[in-house]
Amino acid sequence: MNGNILIVDDEMPIRRLLRVALERSGYATVEADCGAAALDALRQAVPKLVLLDLGLPDRDGLELIGAFREMLVPIIVLTAREASSEKVAALDLGADDYVTKPFDSEELLARIRSCLRRADQSQGHLRKMTVGPVSIDLDAHGVWKNGAEVKLTPKEFTFLGVLASHPGKVLTHTHLLREVWGPAHTDHVEYLRVTVRSLRKKLEEDPSAPMLIQNEPGVGYRFVER
Amino acid sequence: MTDDARPSPDALLREAQREGRGTLKIFLGAAPGVGKTYEMLLEGAEKLEAGADVVIGIVETHGRKETEVLVAPLPVIHRKSIVYKGQTLTEMDLDAVLERRPEIVLVDELAHTNAPGSRHPKRWQDIEELLVAGIDVMTTVNIQHVESLNDVVGSFTHVRVRETVPDKVFENAEIELIDLPPEDLIKRLDAGKIYVPDQARHALDHFFSKGNLLALRELALRHAAQYVDARIHEHRSVTGKETGYAGGQRILVAISEAAGGEQVVRAAKRLADALKAPLIALYVETPSAARFSDAEKTQLARNLSLAASLGATLQSVPATSVQEAMLAQCKELRATQLVLGKSRGKGGWFNRRDRIIQDILDGTTGIAIHVIPFQETPRGRDWRRLWPRGSWTGDLVAIGSVGALTLAAFLAQGWISRGPIDLLYLLPVIFSASFYGFRAGLIAAIAAGIAYNFFFLPPFFTVIIYGPVNIITAVLLVVVAIITGQLAARARAAAALAMRSARENASLARFATRLGAASTTEETAQLIRDELRSLLAVQTIVLHRSGDSVEITAFGQTKPDLTPIDQAAAEWVIQHGEDAGLGTNTLTASQWQFRPLKTSLGTLAVLGFRGPRGRAPIPTERAALAESLIDQAALAHERLKLEADMRDMEVVSQRDSLRAALLASLSHDLRTPLTAVTAAAAALSATGDEAELVETVRSEARRLNRFLSDLLDLTRIEEGAVTPDLVPTDLTDVIASAVGDLAKSLAGRKVQTSIDPSLPLVRADAVLLNHALLNLVDNAAKYSPQEEPIEIIARMGRRGPVIDVLDGGPGIPQGSEQRIFDRFARRETSDRTGGSGLGLAIVKGFAEAMGFTVEAARRPGGGSRFTIRIPHEATVHVSMEDIA
Repeated sequence: MNGNILIVDDEMPIRRLLRVALERSGYATVEADCGAAALDALRQAVPKLVLLDLGLPDRDGLELIGAFREMLVPIIVLTAREASSEKVAALDLGADDYVTKPFDSEELLARIRSCLRRADQSQGHLRKMTVGPVSIDLDAHGVWKNGAEVKLTPKEFTFLGVLASHPGKVLTHTHLLREVWGPAHTDHVEYLRVTVRSLRKKLEEDPSAPMLIQNEPGVGYRFVER
Repeated sequence: MTDDARPSPDALLREAQREGRGTLKIFLGAAPGVGKTYEMLLEGAEKLEAGADVVIGIVETHGRKETEVLVAPLPVIHRKSIVYKGQTLTEMDLDAVLERRPEIVLVDELAHTNAPGSRHPKRWQDIEELLVAGIDVMTTVNIQHVESLNDVVGSFTHVRVRETVPDKVFENAEIELIDLPPEDLIKRLDAGKIYVPDQARHALDHFFSKGNLLALRELALRHAAQYVDARIHEHRSVTGKETGYAGGQRILVAISEAAGGEQVVRAAKRLADALKAPLIALYVETPSAARFSDAEKTQLARNLSLAASLGATLQSVPATSVQEAMLAQCKELRATQLVLGKSRGKGGWFNRRDRIIQDILDGTTGIAIHVIPFQETPRGRDWRRLWPRGSWTGDLVAIGSVGALTLAAFLAQGWISRGPIDLLYLLPVIFSASFYGFRAGLIAAIAAGIAYNFFFLPPFFTVIIYGPVNIITAVLLVVVAIITGQLAARARAAAALAMRSARENASLARFATRLGAASTTEETAQLIRDELRSLLAVQTIVLHRSGDSVEITAFGQTKPDLTPIDQAAAEWVIQHGEDAGLGTNTLTASQWQFRPLKTSLGTLAVLGFRGPRGRAPIPTERAALAESLIDQAALAHERLKLEADMRDMEVVSQRDSLRAALLASLSHDLRTPLTAVTAAAAALSATGDEAELVETVRSEARRLNRFLSDLLDLTRIEEGAVTPDLVPTDLTDVIASAVGDLAKSLAGRKVQTSIDPSLPLVRADAVLLNHALLNLVDNAAKYSPQEEPIEIIARMGRRGPVIDVLDGGPGIPQGSEQRIFDRFARRETSDRTGGSGLGLAIVKGFAEAMGFTVEAARRPGGGSRFTIRIPHEATVHVSMEDIA
């Protein structure tokens, strides 16, 4: 059973659809229709990823995140579009990503691949990367654009480091603020805005159509995945 | 006490009223020539340079070069010409300024009196209207024009200024004192740098003496300081940080009909200001008020309205004794200081007012009493007033009763001795005095004295007084007449007063009962009209709002024709909730006086009164009654409105709960299958004809999804369930993610973005704003040809950041720029749109929830422009030091 994808959703049609789509792409699946069943499935064998619907009949899906987190199982949350506070809560509790219903199966598969890739690399975070014209070396403390070194302020560099070491992953505002400015500044979203704006000016080809640092409205920022 | 830390409700109310209002800045000077206008223009020019929309409403340069240089860059609103008595006068064009809606308008000379025929008699009232319209105003004024300081300035300069500005105008204003040492000012005057009209030169030469200027300067400094003080105090009471305030003071000022009483009112106002205490103006209405001459009535009205304009609360109490009423009111209103006036004019050997003051001093403890001596303007002595008032019937009865007694006594002489005859004469005197008043008693006494002397005292049939007995008898009769007359008159007056109160109370009660029974607005309006008509005895009409205008809804026999001025006054009342027309401050040329029916729900109706031949429609003695009746009428209207609203609400809430239940089930029961269909369709791979069918399933499922989301969004908006989470947001992020989200559905469309990199962050809900923008772009795509690019522009507008979404389609149909934001407002022009018709309504709902506005317009070159406007207040500025 190890290596399965666990689908937690109370709606049978959704489960069936996800199962078909995933199996067609070569993943094995396990299904659970409520929180208790999900925990049972987790106990029987550690899945390699969980697709978690937060609206479960027996408990709040958010409560399950901790349990999966303990077992280092990556979690993708399925949510409704308008529920941005729910997304933030799930991410802050340790979920890896979210997919908004109604979703496209292609989009979902892409997220699953990206999530699994990060999980493989999670032991040693990425320290060196090149995206388009920009290369970043976190150990050498340097950033280059088209071969020329770009001067960053210390905060800008820390911020870029936190974001870029999780390519493709949404980091919430609170998470970023805590990592870069410390726990006393988690409400100062404006710091993020100003820093991101400045970084874009220095690194992006067109700062008004950013490619490197993508915004997730109401949730956080995502560093582009190659 | 913990209560003290709480903001005072009055202060909060004032603060709330101030919101949305323009701010007023007053450049205050001690005297002409200190450079107020110059400073105002300088600041105006600075603001203009900083990008504000500044215009000149009216500024007099008097041909001074340095001033003209400053005026040059500022746009000027053309003045309005008013022809009056063959002369053409120019005034600020108030309507043009309101039409132009600048951010800031400069209006010189706050105290100016407008030419007759203008909307308001005074310029400060024009400015008030500009402020209410949300326009910031800068203006100038000299200290001697401040209402409450008028007397003080007059007393040392000996120059009386008639153009005064009520103190309340200064209350919410920012005051900048323009200070110039007197020496410099005199130098400037000598150098001819101060404009002085020729006819005033002589008076002003005296005015500009160094002593005067020093005193004026001190006054101006103190006054400016006082307002700063008052504002700090107000700030404290708004924020709840109340400390060190001499609380609990209440000033009561006695108002009388005395000419010159204005000085007393102003003195009280200065005291109240200094103590930051509320001011109550008390008028005790004694029976003698009924005998006031026209001049006295006018003076009383003037004193009362001055008190009102200085911000005092008016209180009118009917009573027979001024002192008793005054003492009772001091207690009831918990006054701590009482201000009384004492005329310095000749009061005669017995001054009634001195008596009053003495009695009040004797009757109070713990109240500070201020007696303000004032010069009563001598009024032409009315000799007729020396002769007491009474009726001709009384005079005839007096003479007749004396005659009858004389006849009877004369015939009965044989049977009775002459001794008690003088006593018998007391009878007609007492009778006349008690039933017909002092005058009848006096006439009876005189007649009795003469008759007694003539018929019964030797020498008979002559009127010769001799001997002390005769004199004593005559004096006795007159004294009895006086005492009886006074006593009877007082008793009668008290009875009359009691009767009047009883009658008024009864009519108020009856009015209330009948109003309570009325169930329609029409019925209520007619009832109000009839009742006010019969109680006030003046022509009365009721008007209600009808579209943009007002319409007479209740009238007497015939519907009166309103002139355009009357109509304008009535509309003013319904729009502003203030009195207008004859005897008010606004549109005084109207023959009618219009009063608002003000309720917590706004001005619901207007009452119109017209007195006979242009006289004041509501006589002073009826003003208090009229006030109560109008209050009752307003209450009745409010009740009806609330009842109607409640009925509507019941229907709506039933409908709403049904709709909410339906939508909730739609949301859940439709979402799940739709999600499955969408995802399943996306996973299907097909070829040939089937590929087309699969694509149809995909796109239709997507459309259904959109429609469902739109319905849910709109429900949230309409239920007020949208609670924006406002955080500093970068518009670049919002636009970039909207473009990213639409990349798939807008495949092949050219979307151009242009974002001003210097735009500040704005306080917004990124999700809502992103969604609004998505809908706008989606809308633009739907209503413009495939090959036309869609432009998204983020820029700095005049009143804050702006996001434009432009398309090159056929544009919005003329005239539907507002309607387009309604629900299901689909445009007729296209048949391939397939939208829900809810997109723009959602844009509007989301934008408004965040405090933004949206508008739609036709582009001059074709196509439409949708604009989200973000107010300046929503911008966020971050200092870089914090971040690094």
